[in-house]
Amino acid sequence: MASRTESQTPARPKSFWLRYIFSTDHKMIGIQYFLLAVFAAFLGTALSALMRYHLVYPEAKVRWFGLLWPDGAPGGVMTPELYLSLMTMHGTIMVFFVLTTVPQSGFGNYILPLQIGAEDMAFPRLNMLSFWTTALSFAVLCAAFFVEGGAPLGGWTAYAPLSAIGGIAGPGQGIGMTLWVVSIMLFSVASLMGAINFITTLLDLRTRGMSLMRLPLTCWGWLVTAVISLFAFAVLAAAGILLLLDREAGTSFFIPAGLIVSDRILPNKGGSPLLFQHLFWFFGHPEVYIAILPGMGVISTVLSVFSRKPVFGYKAMVYALLLIGMLGFLVWGHHMFTSGMSPYSAIAFSVLTLSIGVPSAIKTFNWLGTVWRGSLQLTTSMLFALGFVSVFVAGGVTGMILGQPVLDMYFHDTYFVVGHFHMIMGVASVLAIFAGTFYWFPKMTGRMMSETLGKIHFFITFAGVYAIFMPMHLAGLAGNPRRYADFAQFDFLRDLTSLHKFITHAALLTAAAQLLFLINLVWSWRKGAKAPENPWKATTLEWALPSPPPIHNFGHESPEVVRGPCDFSVPGAPSDFLMQHEGERK
Amino acid sequence: MALSLLLWLIALVVAASFAVKRWWLPQPINDHAAGFDAWFAINFWIAGFIFLAAQIALGWIVWRYRGRKARFSEGDSRLEIIWTVLTTVLFVTASVIGARMFAAIQFDPHPAGALRVEVSAQQFSWNFRYSGPDGRFGRTDVRSVNDAAGNPFGIDGKDAAGRDDIVSSALRVPAGRPVRLILRSRDVIHNFFVRELRIKQDLIPGMEIPFRFAAAVPGEYEIACSELCGLGHHQMRSVLIVLAPAAFDAWLAAQSGGR
Amino acid sequence: MSVMAAGTGRRVSFTGLYAFLATVIMFFAAFTSAMVVRRGASKDWKGTPAPALLWVNTAVLALGSAAVEKARRDLRAADRRKFNIGWTMATLLGALFIVGQIVVWRQLRQSGVYLNSHPGSAFFYVGTVAHAVHLAGGWIAMLYLNVRALRLQLGPGRRTAVDVTAIYWHFLGLLWVYLLWLFQFWGNA
Repeated sequence: MASRTESQTPARPKSFWLRYIFSTDHKMIGIQYFLLAVFAAFLGTALSALMRYHLVYPEAKVRWFGLLWPDGAPGGVMTPELYLSLMTMHGTIMVFFVLTTVPQSGFGNYILPLQIGAEDMAFPRLNMLSFWTTALSFAVLCAAFFVEGGAPLGGWTAYAPLSAIGGIAGPGQGIGMTLWVVSIMLFSVASLMGAINFITTLLDLRTRGMSLMRLPLTCWGWLVTAVISLFAFAVLAAAGILLLLDREAGTSFFIPAGLIVSDRILPNKGGSPLLFQHLFWFFGHPEVYIAILPGMGVISTVLSVFSRKPVFGYKAMVYALLLIGMLGFLVWGHHMFTSGMSPYSAIAFSVLTLSIGVPSAIKTFNWLGTVWRGSLQLTTSMLFALGFVSVFVAGGVTGMILGQPVLDMYFHDTYFVVGHFHMIMGVASVLAIFAGTFYWFPKMTGRMMSETLGKIHFFITFAGVYAIFMPMHLAGLAGNPRRYADFAQFDFLRDLTSLHKFITHAALLTAAAQLLFLINLVWSWRKGAKAPENPWKATTLEWALPSPPPIHNFGHESPEVVRGPCDFSVPGAPSDFLMQHEGERK
Repeated sequence: MALSLLLWLIALVVAASFAVKRWWLPQPINDHAAGFDAWFAINFWIAGFIFLAAQIALGWIVWRYRGRKARFSEGDSRLEIIWTVLTTVLFVTASVIGARMFAAIQFDPHPAGALRVEVSAQQFSWNFRYSGPDGRFGRTDVRSVNDAAGNPFGIDGKDAAGRDDIVSSALRVPAGRPVRLILRSRDVIHNFFVRELRIKQDLIPGMEIPFRFAAAVPGEYEIACSELCGLGHHQMRSVLIVLAPAAFDAWLAAQSGGR
Repeated sequence: MSVMAAGTGRRVSFTGLYAFLATVIMFFAAFTSAMVVRRGASKDWKGTPAPALLWVNTAVLALGSAAVEKARRDLRAADRRKFNIGWTMATLLGALFIVGQIVVWRQLRQSGVYLNSHPGSAFFYVGTVAHAVHLAGGWIAMLYLNVRALRLQLGPGRRTAVDVTAIYWHFLGLLWVYLLWLFQFWGNA
């Protein structure tokens, strides 16, 4: 195929449907993912607000609860099963449709081809298909709210047999649970399609001069995440199929013999609930790295740009990403320390789990090394990036405790765990999403977000997340079990009421503050100040394109890369930053 | 600058909230729990130190390094090696020490003279079974289960060994004597958790999981289900009642007398 | 359609294929480990002896692979006529395999072995159905290319598709051999 001349560069599709809805342009698809995830995030946050409210006011009569959920909240009082289903959906929506979507499919789709000088992803139509499959998956999940019995109540982890025996296990475990499984299967397929696209694009479509060791760390994050997804989601898909068969076809993969539920003896024959946990967590642990690795790439970039310094130890950062990706597949047993697994396995998993602390620590030291002696510009994006480092350490140190079975035997399934994973996964990833949004918004829309509104949003959010999640560790110290619909039945839990009230108030306030972000996003999109091509004076290739970039980006004038991705403040250089395609070959 | 202050304020408040020990581990009632507390304290201090150091460092960097010229550096291999080695040593040491404590409670052979009790968990209650004067547990059959008639274990009426079995909704044990539980579940996964013992264990349907402990301090301690088991999960409560040995024997005798 | 420099279309197709194969392998590895664990955990393991037709189907699949490979080479040697014959045969053999599998499942059901009869049979059905589903996807590509070939519409892009489809077909054949071993030898042992 001969290369085309300029006059033959394809124009944007004219039809509204092809341009905005069924677009194959990676930039449009990235925005579609982003918007889907923003909606999901607000829904997930609203669910958590309802949860926190119920925990401290379990008897409260709220009229519109009764209107929305006549069965789940008769007379306006939330029942335990409704609480549990809100909790299940909160976890599922946040983990899959926010954390697994924005950093990888949202930012990755938009920015990756730009940063490597490609015209689009390797398989644009597959890309479109993967977005719409994700959207369908979300619709199927939300449908669970509206079916008989409502949404499932087994947690996002859906342990068998509770998830496998159907409606007799509890409200929502009938059709609601089936829809949940189908949704997750669809999501897995969509993720696999996306992973294939990312890997192929990164391996094959880099512009001249863009060797692997000149890739921006964002691209490394997306690459490792895509490889992890490729292996992890395959296992989730297998687990989901077996679970579906147990539910609908009378098989006994996960359901043992001789169970009595609601006075009925179940006919199943000797399956293994632990098998489900192994399959689920073999996916589930790499999943948390899928949620955080792209964010780490963003943070490395943002810290570097706004310190006007190269990333400290680029090579070490790459190796750390690779090591985290690999080790991430070897530690799943730490979710199962109290399950009755062999103590030998537990110890092996423990050693491996704590070993992952090493590359994570290296990255943290290198982030600090990046900003050390830098020329810091405290833009909103930078504030969120610094906040990321703070919460990553806060969440990470408790990992050292939870990774030891002897200690986990107390803390498993308590609020100590809830605090831990929210800090290191929920909060950290979300701060990275905010950092990335403020950073790339100018490129995507041609406008700047409001720094004032952004800073107010940051300070409230940053203080707020500490106020919400650090006290949860205290509750965990007291032995407060998680997934309890209320704390009225246990003497030792009544002492914790004031703590929980504090958490709830902090949560409601912080949740409300997220509206500032939404307002900023919407207002800036229409009325923000016009953005120059490279407002942050950054070095990676996306900043060499107009804002927003034209269809097919560089076209066939794709630049040749001559240097690494973070040549800031190079001694003797004419400017404090050198773009990757600028100047003489290094 | 505001960020620095906020970071330091957060560090201070977090540190204070832990130091005040208002919400803290409950009293330990045996050696394992006391050992747990000691090892946890060490981990806590290390974790706390790392947390504080990081927040203070971040705050300081943000304070100090604005407005001035950046100093170019692509890294420092020596530093990388140093902190990699230090971190590795810290984490590996912690996991090894923790593993040894874990092994001590998992691998020890079952002590002689242990009191054997069977535990049956179901949506949403606990039941406990003692073998009675004959020292043997009767055979159970899922078809014999009858909650209304007080037979949650499904003790098979045809088995003579089961006639003197004692079923109770609370777990009574004598202080100081090892107890060996056999954990079973009738329906879904539950979890047996007593805070004061510092241990918990899942009850997996289809499995019979042994679990041992010894409680030294008499008293009543709540048993809280710690694995989501359905809509009544938060109500699945029982009590561990640790009695002086004589009182326990008296209780046991009274139960058998009544049959 | 996307504008890519000469040669990249072919390269990305192969990279994408290999990434896809990696995930399919992982998928069946998960099933395998589930089966191994399940067998270890239970005393009620029974294998699923295969009807004789299963071996016939295997031969059909092997022949299909041979036909695909020969057709591919003929295409490289620019012999369109031989390619058309070979590829059409492969398409027919592929359809025959799927039909044969459906008959095998029916035969099993008629002999009283259902999905939920026992864990061994459950895994057998799951494994063979999953394989057939993956194969059906490949077969649709094969059919599409067949139609295009017969209409003499095989441009360079579609030639890459021929190679990719062929490799995928061979992979499914190897996967089938593995599953056969897993169920018929290991599972029945």
